[in-house]
Amino acid sequence: MTRYLLVRALSLSLSLIVASVVIFAVIEVIPGDPAAFMLGLNATDESIANLRAELGLGGSLTERYANWITGMLRGDFGTSYTYRVPVADLILDRIWVSLPLAIFALILSTLIAIPVGVIAAATRGGAGDFSIMGATQLGIAVPNFWFAMLLVLLFAVTLQWFSAGGFPGWDNPAAALKALTLPAIALALPQASILARVMRSALIETLDQDYIRTARAKGLSRSQAIRRHALKNALIPVLTIIGLQFSFLLAGAIIIENVFFLPGLGRLIFQGITQRDLVVVESVTMLLVFAVIVVTFLVDIAYAIVDPRLRRR
Amino acid sequence: MNRLPFTLVVGAIITAFFVGTALLSLVWTPHDITELEISQRLQPASATYWLGTDQFGRDMVSMLMEGSRTSIAVALIAVGLGIVVGVPLGLAAAAARGSLLDEVIMRGNDLIFAFPSLVIAILITAVYGPSATNAIVAIGIFNIPVFARVARGGALPIWTLDYILAARTAGKSRARISAEHVLPNIANLLIVQATIQFSLGILAEAALSYVNLGAQPPTSSIGKMLAESQTMIYSNPSLAVLPGLAIVIMVLGLNLMGDGLRDALDPRLRRARG
Repeated sequence: MTRYLLVRALSLSLSLIVASVVIFAVIEVIPGDPAAFMLGLNATDESIANLRAELGLGGSLTERYANWITGMLRGDFGTSYTYRVPVADLILDRIWVSLPLAIFALILSTLIAIPVGVIAAATRGGAGDFSIMGATQLGIAVPNFWFAMLLVLLFAVTLQWFSAGGFPGWDNPAAALKALTLPAIALALPQASILARVMRSALIETLDQDYIRTARAKGLSRSQAIRRHALKNALIPVLTIIGLQFSFLLAGAIIIENVFFLPGLGRLIFQGITQRDLVVVESVTMLLVFAVIVVTFLVDIAYAIVDPRLRRR
Repeated sequence: MNRLPFTLVVGAIITAFFVGTALLSLVWTPHDITELEISQRLQPASATYWLGTDQFGRDMVSMLMEGSRTSIAVALIAVGLGIVVGVPLGLAAAAARGSLLDEVIMRGNDLIFAFPSLVIAILITAVYGPSATNAIVAIGIFNIPVFARVARGGALPIWTLDYILAARTAGKSRARISAEHVLPNIANLLIVQATIQFSLGILAEAALSYVNLGAQPPTSSIGKMLAESQTMIYSNPSLAVLPGLAIVIMVLGLNLMGDGLRDALDPRLRRARG
């Protein structure tokens, strides 16, 4: 296990280094002079020179990269050119929208998908299975942002149960959760469709195993066999998918935030793009990629703990 | 293979319909969508405008035809990019299993997976500005590791078979064996995967153009239609509903076709059917 951990940790740090080099290269090297790029065509030489100094563009590429990385490690993500505040503060403000939204969606998706997948597997080939598989087929085909618009249409415009967008802040937790409910449902349902299908096929595979037959022969009913023996083993691949979906949800939240005008990381990144604020774009994408890589790493580790066979590879 | 799977038939009909209308839109649409007729704005469905008009008086049917053409073109080229780059990488990795090359290719793949295609699109757009080409690159880059993985996974068991050994003793190079013996045997897997990636590409293109990271005017795209309809969702919900439905049906058709193809092309099932 120690060896496995070491190898995985090494590949984790390697991935992070390569990812940061790629992002640095795309944002700071390819445009030529980032300062001139950010200020656009009408900039005077003087203002470009000022911004160059402000962004620390004087040094060599290696120095700038090293400064960027060590800065981020200290929690210094640079200063936003348009907002004139540290990017770290902007991120801290907005992560309290994006992160709870992703977690909320993940919980919803899991709570829906596991029972639905179990029911489909238990009624395999029957009417229940057939309609669940049909519904999940539809769920996979629906773009989540369009589904979000339909939710607005139904629950905000027609029924007026929810507001169509905006975020009141966490001072009032009930109102904040309510504002995140429609976005979370929109994010969760397509993911739940995928997860339910994984749950179903994992459980069907487990139910075909010999030890389930033994359990049935001992006199357990089908549902007892599922609850006591099959479910635990079938959950292993499902957990992996849940882990991977978290990073997907974090990225998906970027789009959904735009439907509901939620002040999250997604809105921040798009404002960064429109205002050519490369400092913001660079740091926020790095943060997102960092989150994805770390979550994947944690899933791998969790998987190895649950399933010892993997460690020996 | 006496009978084609039902899902394949339904999926293929839906897909053929969308590909057909997209191709048709190259030469003919019911109305010209580059001409804005404000007097005809927000018309309900009628004999002239089969699905009504949008807030600029553009015919919805024509918009949808051209929009799905953008979706299909972007997704198709992105799939092509994934196949052209990814499959040779996967084959090379399988041919040199366990070597440094294999390791480098597979770790490189893992790295691309760490960048959600949306993040790639954001990076590219931040520097080069939004365009259909950038959407293709963003989606296509993400397809590369998918096809590399499928090709490698499919090729590995084939490399253990006797006829590969025979080909090697006959003096064929690894590259030739990959092209002549391995590739034809994994073609089915690749076709099924291509269908899946095609449908994912359509969803991704819609998402990118919805947040204005995709095709720019005058090119029509379904994602942008949805974005524009959002402010009108109170007064004219059909403007938001129709483009979404088009995407759902298109993706559903492709997914059904993918499922059906898998059933039809899986040699084990074929043998079972006699």
